Amino acid sequence: MELICPAGTPAAFREAVDAGADAVYCGFRDETNARNFPGLNFSREELREAIAYARRHGTQTFVALNTFMRAGDEEIWYRAAADAVALKADGLILADFGLMAHVAERHPEQRLHVSVQASASNVDAINFLVEAFHAKRVVLPRTLTIADIARIAPQIRCEIEVFVFGGLCVMAEGRCSLSSYATGKSPNMNGVCSPASHARYRQERTELVSELGDYTINRFLAGEAAGYPTLCKGRFDIADSPAYAFEDPVSLDVMGEIDALSAAGVSALKIEGRQRGKAYVAEVVSTLKKALSAGPEQRTALLMRLRGLSEGQKTTSGAYEKRWR
Amino acid sequence: MHHTTSPSLTIGPVYYLWDGPKWRDFHFRLADEAPVERVVIGETVCSKRQHFIEPHIAEVIERLEAAGKTVVLSTLSLVTLERESRQIRDLVADSEHAIEANDLSALGLLNGKPHSIGPLVNVYNAPTARLLADRGATSICLPPELPFTSVENIVAGAPAIAFEVFAFGRMPLAISARCAHARSKGKIKDNCQFVCGEDPDGLPVKTLDRQSFLALNGVQTVSHTCQALLGELAGLAACGISGIRLSPQDCDMVAVAKLYRAVLDNALDADKAITLLREIYPTAALSNGFHHAREGAAWVARARDTAHGRA
Repeated sequence: MELICPAGTPAAFREAVDAGADAVYCGFRDETNARNFPGLNFSREELREAIAYARRHGTQTFVALNTFMRAGDEEIWYRAAADAVALKADGLILADFGLMAHVAERHPEQRLHVSVQASASNVDAINFLVEAFHAKRVVLPRTLTIADIARIAPQIRCEIEVFVFGGLCVMAEGRCSLSSYATGKSPNMNGVCSPASHARYRQERTELVSELGDYTINRFLAGEAAGYPTLCKGRFDIADSPAYAFEDPVSLDVMGEIDALSAAGVSALKIEGRQRGKAYVAEVVSTLKKALSAGPEQRTALLMRLRGLSEGQKTTSGAYEKRWR
Repeated sequence: MHHTTSPSLTIGPVYYLWDGPKWRDFHFRLADEAPVERVVIGETVCSKRQHFIEPHIAEVIERLEAAGKTVVLSTLSLVTLERESRQIRDLVADSEHAIEANDLSALGLLNGKPHSIGPLVNVYNAPTARLLADRGATSICLPPELPFTSVENIVAGAPAIAFEVFAFGRMPLAISARCAHARSKGKIKDNCQFVCGEDPDGLPVKTLDRQSFLALNGVQTVSHTCQALLGELAGLAACGISGIRLSPQDCDMVAVAKLYRAVLDNALDADKAITLLREIYPTAALSNGFHHAREGAAWVARARDTAHGRA
């Protein structure tokens, strides 16, 4: 199976290539991709250099254009697609049908991948995108169990890529407006979720309060590890009882299941984390690359080492395991 | 081409788990009393709930059609199980009624047949709307997240399609494979005992500072606030919107429909209507932020000196 690695900066990109990534995915420095964070992403020139570097090392480059085109400003997305094609990206990762149709028509030779943001969660949905836009690969939403994936794989006519490590969306990706409900900025329209521009912390006596926009997302007692106010990982009050209503502050790790994923028909494993630093990328990519070719015992030891890098130090198999539901 | 006629009203599918008789009686009363032209019915949120309404679907369709309403059948918004896929395939193959697609599988299967697109499909721009029209879509209810600038641009750019906007109701904000509603009551999705039925208007999610924030509806998360586009109706009509969607809450929806109809007919002032709406549905604060390119939870008071209710 291929290992698909994140890069938010040219430095992280080179680290991912050097660490043995089969492909690196990245985006332009604007709202055309779902990690539109300050200080991240690539200019056209940086992408040109990155793709050249990757190619010299036999690594592919996928460009994420995985937000939804803002009505009236479609040209921004069309130009990004044309530039990525001209820069010889190996694949474009798309979510918007309008953009998929445009790429399939104007750049028919370009390899098209369906972004997780498109929410293609079943056989008929995936085959629709394969037939209509000649998609070659689908990144499955984090809503399926491994058994679901095994059932879907033989019935679709494209490759399957799944997220295995890093941040975890609790909601079906590309179908969540929680962030814009609280802040006016959303993954679909602005390429951001729970943006830092709207995150605040304030001390209230012994408690640290984290807020997003006008809303309290969590309160931490002194000594409790305080996390970033990602909306769906917050603590809320339901029927007078405080709890992590949607998901604990955990991150995804299903590397322990890579044999099952391979048997299910998965061809590529994806690491989340374009917002992460180059040291993180280097460590995660090199360790997971080793884990892919290691025997079961050695693999367990390698994966244990990575646990310390995970958000909140706690991990979950997410929807891949049925009881998560 | 839509500019000359006043928009019609559509009642969206009931997103919540109501028991069979409540669901039936709600639609019977719509048939008898509500000034609406289209009613979308069918379980849209969770396939496990299907059997609650199934015994009543035929009589509801009959009553609505006898009253001259157009009935549209809604599909599930998150399809992952084989059983769910099969249900949509069967519906597309056999239905004599128009179908409203809420996920990509329905879109794929409906290719070449006239159909509607629900607000849970991501239509953010005119090229996407035109693509769907080429595949057979005749009407699209735009996602609640869209600002009016996008709505205007999309309507102008896809004249062959009838567009609706989501103008009343708690907004569907997210859907998950995991059931937060069941989990909040100590269950998991596969053994949920239909606890979401205890909350026919959603289960309130407050912040730890007691701010009303969201509501759980099974695997769906909806806004605490209720979308209320009333001051905006004239502007929406002027830009070519042909349908106004009212999403059922556990309140007097006939009164809600009459209120919206009266504002569309210029028989009731929008400000007066907003006051009345707060009495009809006192559960939730009103919001219209998405329409005005703000936070969705925001309420933008009407600026009296601007044309067409635009702020």
